[in-house]
Amino acid sequence: MEMEPPVRRVASGGFAVTLSDDERDVLRGLPTQLRELLGSDDPSLRRLFPPAYPDDDELEAEYRQLMSEDLLAGHAASLDLMEATVDHDELTEDELVGWLGALNDLRLVLGTRLDVTEDLDPTTIDPKDPRRHAFALYHYLTWLQDEVITALSG
Amino acid sequence: MAGTAPVELERPDIGWASDEDVSPDHPWIVIVWNDPINLMSYVTYVFQKLFGYSLEKATKLMLDVHEKGKAVVSSGSRERAELDVFRLHEHGLWATMEHNG
Repeated sequence: MEMEPPVRRVASGGFAVTLSDDERDVLRGLPTQLRELLGSDDPSLRRLFPPAYPDDDELEAEYRQLMSEDLLAGHAASLDLMEATVDHDELTEDELVGWLGALNDLRLVLGTRLDVTEDLDPTTIDPKDPRRHAFALYHYLTWLQDEVITALSG
Repeated sequence: MAGTAPVELERPDIGWASDEDVSPDHPWIVIVWNDPINLMSYVTYVFQKLFGYSLEKATKLMLDVHEKGKAVVSSGSRERAELDVFRLHEHGLWATMEHNG
């Protein structure tokens, strides 16, 4: 049986979102958690703020000083947008692009924490592994992000 | 902002670019590095969105990143390259820049 895609472009130019209440509940809680981390020095945030000049401390410090605030604001804006529209059945393209940014940021932080590898196979996670719920969440977000990209590209 | 910024983002001139920076013989190059988290479909999408590349060109660059570990995605003055790096960082890609020459 073909599953209905969770996000699809509709005639209005927007995007219909078909997610269960459970899925929306999961998504609802995530922006708050990441927002609380943003601005801290938590090492799992490093992928959100990569160096521009890895071999030049002086230029890197200038880049940080100039760009960090805007970069932080950008990440926060995507989280805000997804949080504000998490219960909507239809999204505008701008809103869905916000979801895309938020989903990517969430995966970058969660994936860094889990130290994921490129060929990670979710079916091989030990059911006794205490991180199994985090891995399951990571794979759910990966699936949803890919569906969002498919919808935006279609 | 990451999700909602217009594609053609304007940045005020902050007076960084020196004559050396804008010399066509010494452009800065912007490199995107492979990482295990960003999706191949996402990287392709971002290259198209930020640089206006065709699906074909964006896919080729993405595959270079994936298979060779990195790809040069744009080049130009230091100011131009830094803006591109910033926009890639906004989108969560692992981008750096270096002087080519």
